[in-house]
Amino acid sequence: MKTAVIVFPGSNCDRDMAVALEQVTGRAPVMVWHRDTALPAGIGMVAVPGGFSYGDYLRAGAMAARSPIMAAVADAAGKGLPVLGVCNGFQVLTEAGLLPGALMRNNGLDFVCRDVALTVENAQSAFTARYAAGERVSFPVAHHDGNFVADDATLDRIEGEGRVAFRYAEPVNGSARAIAGVLNDAGNVLGMMPHPERRIEAAHGGADGRRLFEGLMETIGA
Amino acid sequence: MKLRIHVTLKPGVLDPQGKAIEHALAGLGFAGVNGARVGKLIELDVADGTADADIDSMCRQLLANTVIENYRVEKA
Repeated sequence: MKTAVIVFPGSNCDRDMAVALEQVTGRAPVMVWHRDTALPAGIGMVAVPGGFSYGDYLRAGAMAARSPIMAAVADAAGKGLPVLGVCNGFQVLTEAGLLPGALMRNNGLDFVCRDVALTVENAQSAFTARYAAGERVSFPVAHHDGNFVADDATLDRIEGEGRVAFRYAEPVNGSARAIAGVLNDAGNVLGMMPHPERRIEAAHGGADGRRLFEGLMETIGA
Repeated sequence: MKLRIHVTLKPGVLDPQGKAIEHALAGLGFAGVNGARVGKLIELDVADGTADADIDSMCRQLLANTVIENYRVEKA
């Protein structure tokens, strides 16, 4: 399976993401620079990695969401290509309008960098097929702006449609309804603040994140 | 033409930074501060005659995130 990772100026989890994808697919992903205007042909998924794209200027993810490559990502997402946004990637996807809501400063104002317990809410999605609904997993988080915000009507809708993929099982950042990861309406775009790509082998302290990539590759027929 | 774009959080959106400022002011002994909200001021220099609709589009497409923020355009 051919995959791609978008790289913005200020991305810093792009290499972690590349390692995770290579381990699971057996093939190094294509690293796509933000100024490119097209995604590589024949990819099965694209990842928008964590970091501090454009130094979080204006708002976290705001500048990256308007960079040339994101038009191609939005176009491909509209055609059903799986898109995974982690941390800053989640912020970019909300800023690009591919996911609902917004990510604001953590309610404690502090940068939170530690392992957190999550509950898998929806185990039916392409990204969560290898988890059980209600399962407790542990992923690292490392963010300052992870406080998920949306109006009540939006929150009710995404809850009702089963689009909450992961929920925090402990206080982390003040996110509305403890939402840690959310799917788009078609289920092919997932944004999440915790880092599955940093939890893919025993040396990372566990492999809970590896199943996200394995499940996705299985679902898309890699 | 000089523009001042005021970007503010929508009512009801919690503002942890504003809360911290409110508490800090109380800590400095200023009584009666009932609230603090943090926004942004963006100064733009645009060509004379730039259409209001274009200015509005700039705000909607980039300067403000209308999920959480309101904006107000002030022409200097």
